[in-house]
Amino acid sequence: MDFKSCVNIRQEWDIVGARQLGREKAKELGFGTVDQARIATAISELARNIYLYAGTGKVRFEIVDQLDKKGLKIIAIDEGPGIRDVSQVMQDGYSTSGGLGAGLPGVKRLMDFFEIRTEWGEGTEIETIKWVR
Amino acid sequence: MESVALDLDNYRKLLKEYLLTHDETALYQAEQLSKLSVQHNVSPEEIIHVHIKALKELYPELPEEVNDSLNFLLEAMISYGLALQEYQHLREKQSALESEISVAANMQKTLLSTKKPEIPGLDIGAISVPANRMNGDYYHFIYDNDHTLGIALADVIGKGIPAALAMSMIKYSMDSFPEDLRQPSRILENLNRVVERNVDPSMFITMFYGLYNPKDQTFSYASAGHEPGFYYHKETDHYSEIEAKGLVLGATNNATYDQEVTQIEAGDCIILLTDGVTECHLGDRFIERDEVLDVIKRYMHLPAQEAVEHVYKHFERLQDFHLRDDFTLIIIRKDV
Repeated sequence: MDFKSCVNIRQEWDIVGARQLGREKAKELGFGTVDQARIATAISELARNIYLYAGTGKVRFEIVDQLDKKGLKIIAIDEGPGIRDVSQVMQDGYSTSGGLGAGLPGVKRLMDFFEIRTEWGEGTEIETIKWVR
Repeated sequence: MESVALDLDNYRKLLKEYLLTHDETALYQAEQLSKLSVQHNVSPEEIIHVHIKALKELYPELPEEVNDSLNFLLEAMISYGLALQEYQHLREKQSALESEISVAANMQKTLLSTKKPEIPGLDIGAISVPANRMNGDYYHFIYDNDHTLGIALADVIGKGIPAALAMSMIKYSMDSFPEDLRQPSRILENLNRVVERNVDPSMFITMFYGLYNPKDQTFSYASAGHEPGFYYHKETDHYSEIEAKGLVLGATNNATYDQEVTQIEAGDCIILLTDGVTECHLGDRFIERDEVLDVIKRYMHLPAQEAVEHVYKHFERLQDFHLRDDFTLIIIRKDV
């Protein structure tokens, strides 16, 4: 794995690092400014979730190159407590940190593909893709 | 994120027109565009994006700082776009819930339906209107082969769906009681046990049960903390409160209820109600019981059903057509 395509999240500052790396990859891939902004917001949400609920984890970027389309895959992995009730956190308006966080439903909306794997007590892995239009 | 693409050419044209003329027409069209965009789920960042593009086409020499600052603005709008989508999603969800509730409300109506009996010598009027979709008040007439008439009137403290669910329980418990169980105090004692066992301690039900016996022309009744009704004595042209002592249903498991009996003469009336009637709001105060009685008196010359409907309409008007609590009123008049 290319070292530069992964950002460790340990402190709040690392969220910015993840955004920046993600935006660079998005630019390289040819995403427009609106999609770049959306991708950056999705990365923020994912990285902030790691920072707030798991403490530490990492955000990894992969370029997906398929026959008919190209996209950016973002994978957020942590070994935190995991999510007990996935359907609850995927509901609009649910945000334990309070306030108007976009939360995971927001990430799902910002991106084209969204998959979550979590086990209570064993951490969470979220994989999400945005395709270049 | 699916959305209808904003028409760049159109936007550029509008923007250009406005920058040249400062004409209100262009602003009006911008407003139309804004509405249409919301309708079609176009988020604010997309509008800013189109704005930047249009501006660049109109001013190819656009300073770098202006361009960058607009991109900055675009970033700042992302969460608003998400909020818009969430709002639309919640709106769809709400309308789904609404239709589910209306199915439940219809079902409740069927489950709790009671037929107002036609009894020679009695004129009966009854109305029950929920404040929201589902009713936490409940009344039921039990007209038996022996020609006695049982009248049940209950009110769950609280309203809405939990109250409505509790009411269904009351109705089915009553249905399951043996037929020879007619004494008001015994009925309340039995229901009290049912409620105490099955309902959350924070939920209380008040209930009045009356039994009219045409043979000896008596009205026996008992109350579980229910709002007292009124009794009209034709002979003295006097209204008195129908008083009966008893704890609300579900407070303790072995509550007992006193049963009172009164003789009914021709022309006398029994008026039963729930606190949705006596706790009508007038501005920021509750209406007084005397005032309630005054309103009822005003319509007492009418047939019972017309009277209850007029009283309801009166209070509905008084509260700007917005009931705060479920409203139930029953009038029973012994014909002369």
